[in-house]
Amino acid sequence: MGENKFMTYVRKFRLKEHSLGMAFIVLMIIATIVGWPNFLKVRNLTNILRQISYTGIIGLGMTLIIISGGIDLSVGSMTAFVGGISIFFLNRFGPDSTMGIVLTFLFALLLGSACGALNGVMVARFKMAPFIVTLGTMSIFRSLIQYFSNAGTILSVNMDYGKLGSSMFLGLPIPVWCFIIVGLVLHVLLNHTSFGRYLCATGANEQVARYSAIKVSVVKFLPYVITGFTVGITAIMWSSRLNCINPSDCAGYEMDAIAAAVIGGTLMSGGKGSIIGTMMGAIMLGIINNMLVMGGISAFLQQAVKGFVIIVAVLLQYNSGNSK
Amino acid sequence: MDETPNILELEGIVKEFSSVRVLDRVSMSIRQGEIMGLIGENGAGKSTLIKIVTGIYQKTEGTVRLDGKQVNIPDYITAKGLGIGIVPQEFNLINYLTVYENIFLGNERNRGIFLDKSAMRGEARAQLAALKMPLDVDKAVSDLSVAEKQMVEIAKAMVLDARILIFDEPTTTLTAVEVQHLFALMRKLKEQGVTMIFISHKLGEVLSICDRVTVLRDGILVSVDPVADLDTTIMARKMVGRDFSQVFPEKVDSSGKPPILEVENLSCPVLLKDVSFTLRKGEILGFAGLVGAGRTETMEAVMGLRKIEGGTIRLDGKEVRIHHPREAVDHGLAYISEDRQGKGIVMDYDIPKNISLISLKEKYKKRGLIDKAKEAESSEHYIKEFNIVAASKRAALRFFSGGNQQKVYLARWMDTKPRILILDEPTRGIDINAKREIYEFIHRLAEDGISCIIISSEMEEVIGMCDRVYVMREGRIAGCLVKEQVTEENIVFNATGIQKGMKQDG
Repeated sequence: MGENKFMTYVRKFRLKEHSLGMAFIVLMIIATIVGWPNFLKVRNLTNILRQISYTGIIGLGMTLIIISGGIDLSVGSMTAFVGGISIFFLNRFGPDSTMGIVLTFLFALLLGSACGALNGVMVARFKMAPFIVTLGTMSIFRSLIQYFSNAGTILSVNMDYGKLGSSMFLGLPIPVWCFIIVGLVLHVLLNHTSFGRYLCATGANEQVARYSAIKVSVVKFLPYVITGFTVGITAIMWSSRLNCINPSDCAGYEMDAIAAAVIGGTLMSGGKGSIIGTMMGAIMLGIINNMLVMGGISAFLQQAVKGFVIIVAVLLQYNSGNSK
Repeated sequence: MDETPNILELEGIVKEFSSVRVLDRVSMSIRQGEIMGLIGENGAGKSTLIKIVTGIYQKTEGTVRLDGKQVNIPDYITAKGLGIGIVPQEFNLINYLTVYENIFLGNERNRGIFLDKSAMRGEARAQLAALKMPLDVDKAVSDLSVAEKQMVEIAKAMVLDARILIFDEPTTTLTAVEVQHLFALMRKLKEQGVTMIFISHKLGEVLSICDRVTVLRDGILVSVDPVADLDTTIMARKMVGRDFSQVFPEKVDSSGKPPILEVENLSCPVLLKDVSFTLRKGEILGFAGLVGAGRTETMEAVMGLRKIEGGTIRLDGKEVRIHHPREAVDHGLAYISEDRQGKGIVMDYDIPKNISLISLKEKYKKRGLIDKAKEAESSEHYIKEFNIVAASKRAALRFFSGGNQQKVYLARWMDTKPRILILDEPTRGIDINAKREIYEFIHRLAEDGISCIIISSEMEEVIGMCDRVYVMREGRIAGCLVKEQVTEENIVFNATGIQKGMKQDG
């Protein structure tokens, strides 16, 4: 029975993630050859994972938003905002205690969720276009943190804070663990709970969802809160890594988060998506970046390659959607 | 008879989709100026045949001759050029554009590099006048009724001087009165020498408008007969391929039963005014009226899908307030929308996911997660009960026929264990066999004490199924017909308001 179940899982998994999995393997092989022997070194691989984990965590929440038919452009500014305010909080309430760090972490999760809720209320309750709402809050968060910090770096005075972001646990950096854990939790949420079912139905056709007695406004609201929560995690991981935050940090995070989701097979039109796909998408972006760095390609060109990959991913998606 | 020359001849048409033969050597000819009926069950090959004639599909084998000359129709533009037009089932109109802009869409008149709007307006007006269609050419299409949109589609085909006009189930979304208008228009076109092909599921309509009728079954041509040799029974038998005893089951008598749902003076802004009706336990209640008379809106208000301005709803004598469909479901109400694909099923979900969508939290939860084994088991049960034909139950519903989609939709609501089932146009766009299955199912429900409301624009359906029928007009209840009062005449009179002195019944 157990084996049978496993076999059906494997079969289903393959069918769904076929092309993405193949692309992933091909990319790994290319990277191994091009980057021989450095690419396969544990240190390099760990580094890639660390690099992608910051935007990757947000990408996981973003996947849910995109499935719901929305988008969140404010996540980058929100990360800087939540990170900055959290350091203020830490300096005020726990400048020299471990307890202070724990409290700050909780505070960041709360503040992130609240910021997400702000977006969510405007989208779900007041039925505003997500693109416009989050374009607005993107400016607001960025402007506020620049104001509060006088456009200067916000430094943490707690000497232990930095350990959180730079420590390893069982051979992996803490942010990577966060990425994996959040990924698994959201994967279960998306595929094995009624919320996930409602989310895909709402994203595919809101009318159908409404007529099926689904509380559409709640379903559209929650992904923004969840994304705010993931922003809270990233804000702590990023700011503790450097023990400070610069108010201009984290610009462009929204693009990496959206890119990871799209490469992972999430439909921009909503209704369909995969958390595992987003995780693979984020890692693939990291590998490509790593190859370019090791190959000595100009940093200015790296963004162009990323853009190209996104376009190809959407093109493939569009074509497979068309053949239906 | 044979003096009239054939305008369109099809010979040995074969169409295969990845080696599945959906049309098998179909040969038929259509005479100049006749109206040819084309009937058959869903999947019989009507649409495929039409799509080959209009260049949307390419035939695998066979020849098409127009005026005796062999023609090749590689795309729809070529078909239009040859004078073949189609009034599609799903309208291809752009809502934001006006009537004349839609009529000339893709065929604009130019003056230099600019659009010649006045010429287009004038031509559109002339075309509409020639067809006796009272339409303002500057009106936006989004403001038109379904019947008016159809007129625009007809005019759109006619500005191209269509000689052969194909109507693909044109009456599905029309009311009885609008159908009569359409038929008058078709007769006028016939006088002008236009040849027409009329596809419909409604056999009575086919008999009244067509000269000859072609029957397809499973991709094979069964017969071509003049209407004089046909009646609905013969046609049904030819379509199904066996004797077709009775479509409607015997009526359920519920006159002595207690009321379960009482609606009093229900009002919604603009749409509904003082709507009152009573539904008895185990009753099959009919709601008739023209499209837009407020039948759908009434039920949506009851289900909590619309804001109510005033009025009371009582269930089992107790007043209830319903603000959200969820509350309606909790009270045992179920509503199957007329818009199956727009408001009903999730096209990308498979059968189990579609069936469990509403009852997910109540029935399929185990430790906070979805119990997928139970979900599969339950859908297995419904596939058997409703005789749902699916290649794979894991396939998305977009690959299913209309009848099977409707059954899945029905199964989803049955899974909520409703006490009151409201069916809005439950048999729209599905074939006779599936129709009969649904009628029988409703009948079984009523016998088990579940109350049903059927909203239908197909009069025979209401007459065949219901003992009591409310007729709505312009957002109000125009009358309630009981037993022998339930006739086509009475319904039409109440729906259009031409009748006086009808007995009222609460």
